[in-house]
Amino acid sequence: MSKQVTLTIDGKQVTVPEGLNVVDAAKMAGIDIPVFCHHPKLEPVGMCRMCLVEVGRPMRDRATGQFVIENGAPKIQFMPKLETACTNKVEEGMVVLTQNEKATAGQKGTVEFLLTSHPLDCPICDKGGECPLQNLTMAHGPGQSRFIYDEKMHLDKQVPLGELIYLDRERCIQCARCIRFQDEIAGDSVLGFDERGRTMQIVSLSDPGFDSVFSGNTTDICPVGALTTADFRFGARPWELDASPSICTQCPVGCNTTLNTRREAKAGGEIVVKRVMPRQNEEVNEIWLCDKGRFAYHYAESKQRLSKPMIRKDKKLARASWDAATKLAAEKFLKAKKDFVVLASGRLSNEDLFNLKTLADHAGGKSYLYSHMAGGELTTLVGVSAGTNFGTMGKGTAIVVVASDLYQEAPIWYLRVKQAAKRGATLIVLNPRKTKLDRYASFSVRYDYGGEAKAVHDLTKKSKASDALMKAENAVILYGSEGVGVAGSQSLATACAKLLNENGFTGRPNNGLIGVWERANDQGAWEMGFTVEDDLAKALKGKSVYVVGADPVNDDPKLAKALAEAKFVAVQDVMETATTEIADVVLPAQAFTEREGTLTSGERRVQRFYPAVPVTGDAKPDFAITAQIARNMGVILEGTSVSVVFDLLVETVKSFEGLNYAKLAEVREQFPIVGRGDMYYGGTTYENKHGLGVHLSSAATRGERLSIPRVQKEAVPHPKEKELLAVPVNKLYHRGTTVVSAELLHERIGDASVSLHPDAAQRLGLRAGQTVSVNFNGTSGQAVVKLDDTIDEGVALVPRSMGIAIRAPVAVKVKA
Amino acid sequence: MAQILLRHREIPDINKLPVYKKNGGFAAFKNAVTKMKPAEVTEVVKNSGLRGRGGAGFPTGMKWSFIDNKNWPHYVVANADESEPGTFKDREIMEGNPFQFLEGVAIASYAVGANVAYVYLRGEFWELAASLDEKIAEMEEAGYLGDKLFGTNYSLRMYTHLGAGAYICGEETALLESLEGKRGQPRVRPPFPPAVGLYGKPTVINNVETFANVPMILANGAEWYKTMGTADSAGVKIFSLSGRVRKPGNYELPFGTTFRDLIYKHGGGVQDSRTVKAIMPAGASSSLILVDNDKILDTPMDYATVRTLGADLGSASVIVVDDTVPMDWLVNKTVHFFKHESCGKCTPCREGTYWMSHLTERIHGGHGSKADVDLLLNVAKQMQGKCLCALGEFSTMAVVSGIERFRQDFDHAVKA
Amino acid sequence: MSLAKKYPKEVKQILSKYPPEGKRSAVMPLLFLAQREEGYINKSAMQDIAEMLDITETEVAAVVGFYTLYHDKKEGKYRIQVCTDLPCALRGAEKFMDDLCANLGIKVGDTTPDGAVTLEAVTCLAACDKAPMFQTQGPDGIKYHENMTVDKTMELIRTLKNAVGETK
Repeated sequence: MSKQVTLTIDGKQVTVPEGLNVVDAAKMAGIDIPVFCHHPKLEPVGMCRMCLVEVGRPMRDRATGQFVIENGAPKIQFMPKLETACTNKVEEGMVVLTQNEKATAGQKGTVEFLLTSHPLDCPICDKGGECPLQNLTMAHGPGQSRFIYDEKMHLDKQVPLGELIYLDRERCIQCARCIRFQDEIAGDSVLGFDERGRTMQIVSLSDPGFDSVFSGNTTDICPVGALTTADFRFGARPWELDASPSICTQCPVGCNTTLNTRREAKAGGEIVVKRVMPRQNEEVNEIWLCDKGRFAYHYAESKQRLSKPMIRKDKKLARASWDAATKLAAEKFLKAKKDFVVLASGRLSNEDLFNLKTLADHAGGKSYLYSHMAGGELTTLVGVSAGTNFGTMGKGTAIVVVASDLYQEAPIWYLRVKQAAKRGATLIVLNPRKTKLDRYASFSVRYDYGGEAKAVHDLTKKSKASDALMKAENAVILYGSEGVGVAGSQSLATACAKLLNENGFTGRPNNGLIGVWERANDQGAWEMGFTVEDDLAKALKGKSVYVVGADPVNDDPKLAKALAEAKFVAVQDVMETATTEIADVVLPAQAFTEREGTLTSGERRVQRFYPAVPVTGDAKPDFAITAQIARNMGVILEGTSVSVVFDLLVETVKSFEGLNYAKLAEVREQFPIVGRGDMYYGGTTYENKHGLGVHLSSAATRGERLSIPRVQKEAVPHPKEKELLAVPVNKLYHRGTTVVSAELLHERIGDASVSLHPDAAQRLGLRAGQTVSVNFNGTSGQAVVKLDDTIDEGVALVPRSMGIAIRAPVAVKVKA
Repeated sequence: MAQILLRHREIPDINKLPVYKKNGGFAAFKNAVTKMKPAEVTEVVKNSGLRGRGGAGFPTGMKWSFIDNKNWPHYVVANADESEPGTFKDREIMEGNPFQFLEGVAIASYAVGANVAYVYLRGEFWELAASLDEKIAEMEEAGYLGDKLFGTNYSLRMYTHLGAGAYICGEETALLESLEGKRGQPRVRPPFPPAVGLYGKPTVINNVETFANVPMILANGAEWYKTMGTADSAGVKIFSLSGRVRKPGNYELPFGTTFRDLIYKHGGGVQDSRTVKAIMPAGASSSLILVDNDKILDTPMDYATVRTLGADLGSASVIVVDDTVPMDWLVNKTVHFFKHESCGKCTPCREGTYWMSHLTERIHGGHGSKADVDLLLNVAKQMQGKCLCALGEFSTMAVVSGIERFRQDFDHAVKA
Repeated sequence: MSLAKKYPKEVKQILSKYPPEGKRSAVMPLLFLAQREEGYINKSAMQDIAEMLDITETEVAAVVGFYTLYHDKKEGKYRIQVCTDLPCALRGAEKFMDDLCANLGIKVGDTTPDGAVTLEAVTCLAACDKAPMFQTQGPDGIKYHENMTVDKTMELIRTLKNAVGETK
């Protein structure tokens, strides 16, 4: 524990850790010092001068260095001027006065100065009701303005910094929180001040504007209504909103969120989600969200939502009762016996996946996780577990990131890994091309696509990176799926698990393997015992398939063909998809916003989400639909209470042992203290009152004997002349079902692309921006050419989920 | 008295290396590097009583001794951003006696263990920077800069760096930000540059004139230096005399010279034989000294005594204001200057200078009221003691002293 | 064309002044270089510099916006920047400026119709004893002109205009 310091703030004796500044120390003692520019996650800058306080320090005798004692107490010498509490560190014996006449006058003066330039348009401002300037003006401001209104500066009020974030230049109070967030936290320095003095204003010159996947956070910490999201602005008044705790379902990070809802006329009197806000979990997302998590929630309210069960009659889907639909599915699955196949995705909750797996096992069928990435069974052995927190990683910890562009795949992990590296963690990034994370890496290792497992294995051979890794007390490895399919990721995961296991990096906090999965609950599926299949088309052909939360028909023509040739297909989803189009039975599922459940993050943390809006039509939660089908097959599964399903799952799956819904809902005090009445301190982030979640155990933490299989060498195709090796990469904004419904993101999603080295493009006679066809294995797709001189000449990067079904490296021909 | 800093006025062509050398140039530097320990050099400067000539008057040797020897490398930066209205002394030193200044930088670099020194010049000193670049090249050629100087292990490189038009960059931490390629906005202090300076490394920053004193102090000794000036303010100072005087210009005089001697003996008296109404001893950042009786002019100019008149000597940029000048006009001028130069980082300065400029404009333009004058005084006082750096504080000096000491001018303006 | 291609010697010399961790320091001298020809800094130059120094274009623009000697708009080929600050004003700078405007037939901040000269009022240039004075900012850098009269200034402007006319 760090050294403690005792000081007095407003007569209250406070003992806090050394190194804290006075604002944060006061906050811990329950004393709010007003601030605008200071934010507990940012370096103090002392700009706004709102936190002016009187500071006294005990006088020391020059000769002895001891405190001078007067009337039995140390003599306090007060500074002649007020000081900013944010830039003063706590000192032993310090006396701080935050509310005496002098301090109050200083604070009042600052508010008055700020208001001279502020438009005072609170009645039409989105921030009204949760605005630090408004609140602090009420608390500390002058009752009347001495500044002539006509002399106010008039500036542009609706400046799009990009298509996601708008700036109102009149409202801005130049606190630089947004700029500093982008510089210090996000690492995307795409906001800055133009000009100086009173004409100073925020600008972004990036292309696209405000080019950062963390941009939405600036609207949370903006202390005025200067920055608003295109999604929420003019959408509602903050006081009309209800708040429901939830978990983001866009990636394996598992960010804690709050869904703000309101009943509104525009939605036909329905209750709808108006915005997604971060909810504090210092061990997961701190107080941040990426823009995908913030803006992509719209699929839950899409017009394509399924609301009634349907059965195919005379080649057309027609409405049916739940009873009829589930009976038909059950009948077909029963008949299929071992040809019954469950194909489920990580979009589902733990409870859904548990019921599905149990059903498949009881019925003697197969159960596959719909993913291009393998190796999850190894994370149940040596995955990270209790006590693991990127926020505590620093000196002594090595973080290895391999085959993953974290910025694109799991932005909040990117942000936390970067901060850990800044705190002194050894960051080793292995990837064939440069990614954003390389900037913070202690070691960047390049390998050729296909060389992933070997590159990891080579970390045990003599090198500087290897030395640093082997010297580390703790090590985590994050492995992803850039350039690898099922077979490649299996080899890679095995190499990673082996390295961790053989070097003692398992079974302890901040040690172990993390999969950078495609979906939010892929980890949960692995824990339930789902597996992936390399040749999925073959596995589906001629079978009776229960597709849950996946759209293989849209993703891959080969899978579409396989399902067309399946005996029977039941599709359970929240939305109409290309796969529901070909289904024999369609089963409408509730969206995560409409129901309760749990998800397991890539860090193997189980977290609860809660219902926020009413159910769409007759949709049911996935676990209940599965239970209903099961019942008709003679298998008894819990179909009513989600917490009971969880209890059953806990009894069955070892890593969940000891958990229950109550435990998942436990909270502890977190620092910084945010989300209370004083939004000027932490921003509009929500306080966590509904659970921080709990880590799963692993075979390693349970002390079980581990056996890691041998690494199978994965052969990468050799392109012939005039061919390129197309490798799949992952992009944050893509055309997946849960993203593409957010119209706001369409510009960022863009077109399907293929990235080529400029020399390769020249050789093929192609130029940037040109539409080309990418041909492979007898199929082809359209894509726009991008040039990228950081990649190998023989390689073509093809983003996943953008319409070109490349799941693993493949030789392609790119033609105009 | 022989000139110590403005030696070019007595020794023709001292801005040429051979002439400078012939007149003892670089002997002090060579002696320091070959015969003295760095700490000994600092000690001499400390004992001389030399105080920073940029305005704050901080003891130079003490500043050097604060350098953090646990954190390396170290840097020395010369503040040649000379931008205070009324100040034009550094330019003359760098044009007329450049090697003495550069030798001072070199000695300081040796004293604090810096192997690289930067001369940060305001962007307008474009031609001056080019000429300094030549001088630096000549020094390298002559073996006063480069690797293993005078056969020791000490190496030193020197570079000029041009600003681009921002008064605030004269503030040392804003200067560092600017030198790092950022907007010149002041940093929070502490930490001070000798602990965390350029590129986060310990850095000593001094004004050009301060550096120019150093070779002479090393050559002649601390005791010699203290024979000039006063007990509080040792040595000589270049007074930049401007405003309504017959012979404006730089005058190198010992501390303790009276305003009268400067204005009348050296400056030839007030233009058109008018009388002195006010003096700004530290440029536009100054409080206005009310000259309502003759005795005021007999005040010796040193840091402590000038303070008794309710003003600071600062950089000793003496602007003389005669009885034809209305103070509402003058204050409008200074406020507009600070509004234009406010970096915008802290609220009171950014908003306060903007607000004050509206008020002074209104008052001077004849549209103001008595209440506006009171409000102006009140706004200025509301800024005082609250700004991040000195610029904001300085912007209020002429306002507060102007209204408090020359209220009749303002009352006249709002009546008319 | 990129700065590094256009001025290889200058760029190399500028970059050599700063340590690798201080590479960003080169932004100011590079901006002066970028401004040399056209008298202002365009977006592609900012991109170029950002790339060279591993910073973002926004960071470059923020520097351009802060300092008064950088310009992001095309104006006169030469800028006449008259100091009208307090010490100069006490020595007749305001009247000098008024007379100059009258002679040129333009207001402060305007550019002559031929695009040769922009007239600006600036803050102290550290030449208070030599007022009226101004500096010219143009393709060949910044030059001081001290103890000026309107006649001398008009003569200088004629020279500048001729120079601009010839290069056209």
